Amino acid sequence: MNETYVDILVIGAGPAGLAAAQAARESGIENLLVLERENEPGGILRQCIHNGFGLHRFREELTGPEYAQRDIDAVRAMGIPVECGCTVLSVSPERVVTCVSRTKGFRVFRAGAVILAMGCRERPRGALCTPGTRCAGIYSAGTAQRFVNLEGYMPGRRVVILGSGDIGLIMARRMTLQGAKVLACVEIMPYSSGLNRNIVQCLEDYGIPLLLSHTVTDIRGRDRLEGITVSKVDENRNPVPGTEIDYECDTLLLSCGLIPENELSAGAGVRMSPATSGPMVSESFETSVDGIFACGNVLHVHDLVDHVSAESLKAGHAAAEYIRGNRPGGETIPVCDGEGVRGTVPQSIRKGAAGPVDLMFRPSGVFRNASAVVENDGREILRKKAMIFTPGEMSVVTLKEENIRSLTSGKLTVRIERS
Amino acid sequence: MKREITCINCPVGCRMTVELSDDGTFLSVTGNTCPRGAKYAQQECTVPTRTLTAVIQVPGSPVPLSVKTASPVPKERIFEVMQAISTAEVSLPVRAGQVILKDVLGTGSDIIATRSLDT
Ligand SMILES: Cc1cc2nc3c(=O)[nH]c(=O)nc-3n(C[C@H](O)[C@H](O)[C@H](O)COP(=O)(O)OP(=O)(O)OC[C@H]3O[C@@H](n4cnc5c(N)ncnc54)[C@H](O)[C@@H]3O)c2cc1C
Ligand code: SF4
Repeated sequence: MNETYVDILVIGAGPAGLAAAQAARESGIENLLVLERENEPGGILRQCIHNGFGLHRFREELTGPEYAQRDIDAVRAMGIPVECGCTVLSVSPERVVTCVSRTKGFRVFRAGAVILAMGCRERPRGALCTPGTRCAGIYSAGTAQRFVNLEGYMPGRRVVILGSGDIGLIMARRMTLQGAKVLACVEIMPYSSGLNRNIVQCLEDYGIPLLLSHTVTDIRGRDRLEGITVSKVDENRNPVPGTEIDYECDTLLLSCGLIPENELSAGAGVRMSPATSGPMVSESFETSVDGIFACGNVLHVHDLVDHVSAESLKAGHAAAEYIRGNRPGGETIPVCDGEGVRGTVPQSIRKGAAGPVDLMFRPSGVFRNASAVVENDGREILRKKAMIFTPGEMSVVTLKEENIRSLTSGKLTVRIERS
Repeated sequence: MKREITCINCPVGCRMTVELSDDGTFLSVTGNTCPRGAKYAQQECTVPTRTLTAVIQVPGSPVPLSVKTASPVPKERIFEVMQAISTAEVSLPVRAGQVILKDVLGTGSDIIATRSLDT
């Protein structure tokens, strides 16, 4: 089989892949290719027709398709080839990439560097262990979003939403505006992982109750969903008998979190983080395999696409530097999660890296008036106070160049300290 | 008259209490941590507005057209505006930013396309 060589191959043309490609071209890489499975670039933003994107990056409020269009236009203007309808099948540790498309069949590429930008997908029902029968009418919120916004039909009329993540909240409003009755949004935790803005504008505006510390305990229906039972849960998330509420509904939407889509990464032998479900990366977004980089939701789940773009621009630049043989040297310092912190990215920093470096993480609970503290070998090097840390929002502390220079051997730890 | 509202401007999500006169005029607000909360409370209790987004089926296109209100519309007219959008007739091709309905229902806001659709 003939191999075609490219300097940088980007997998996925969502906001992450499109931003990484722009950065790589800006850094002077000519021989560059983006492969995308769907028939259009833009990724998941194509189905996110609501507004609220781009406030950080463009200082205006855009809808998902409008945000995506800006990157699509920029990539076109730079003449970067984006091949749609092409699914990547495998990536080897030597960066040999196989793919298949309807028009060009099976092909093999050899890449100087690979950027993984495959995004994430929703946690399926199986992963959630919901009880009751397996009838029709149960969808993930994102699937319902795709039906309504990209295929133009409604999955049901009387709806309950399980999980109060942002996609579920957005779909509560979307279904209501399309004439469905949304009976309740049910959340097992005592807090919602969604943005306040979405709780107010998607639920409260339409009088949809948010039941915190509740879960679905029964699902009824033979062919089609007919009803569900919701119960209150105690501190250990066990249902409390006697608190059951029955709802008659034909649709249950599950909005219970996203998982990075990493079959390809695993196949490439990339070391994975159990905390993020994404690859472990250095400060330049390089994985444990030489020349394979990762950015966007495939690396860790973001709430804001603006942050996806910012991160992916850095990954694109870093991949270009790698192609030129410029790679930060120096000792590798591991970055670890401390108390109250989960899934810090990057998982390591090289001492020779240029600053600043953002350490991104999810708080493991809600902390008010607390500080994020970065320690190197038990020595505090940085502290950032905030009025609130919540699991629904990615937190960031930024290491400056002088912080990195001053690192000693041993690990870096990020933790949250209550005051 | 008192009204409880949640500030949406940042993750702190302050619970605020707004004091309104009998005719609904905004008098004062408590519970906000910063001035952005006060501004939001006043706006929300006098003229609440929302940006609306929706999709329209376009004959000959497998993908519906996504649209939005170019500026926010009064909250109480959301369902009327949705109704107006659903009856709009659109033909291919469409350019992003193109006006689909001018000054929808006299709200002063246009309905515009948020993506392009080619023939
Ligand atoms: C259903 C859903 C709704 C969301 N709603 C919001 C929201 O309202 N606001 C917000 O800020 N964020 C939202 N997000 C998060 C959103 O995913 C990110 O903000 C952003 O789109 C992530 O960009 P990305 O490029 O990393 O991933 P994506 O946008 O998912 O793009 C990944 C791309 O890679 C392609 N791909 C995957 N595997 C392959 C392969 N093997 N070969 C070729 N191509 C491949 C996919 O087709 C896709 O186009 C949502 C996520 C989901 C899943
Ligand atoms: S009042 Fe200020 S601190 Fe409180 S939620 Fe609003 S913006 Fe945040």
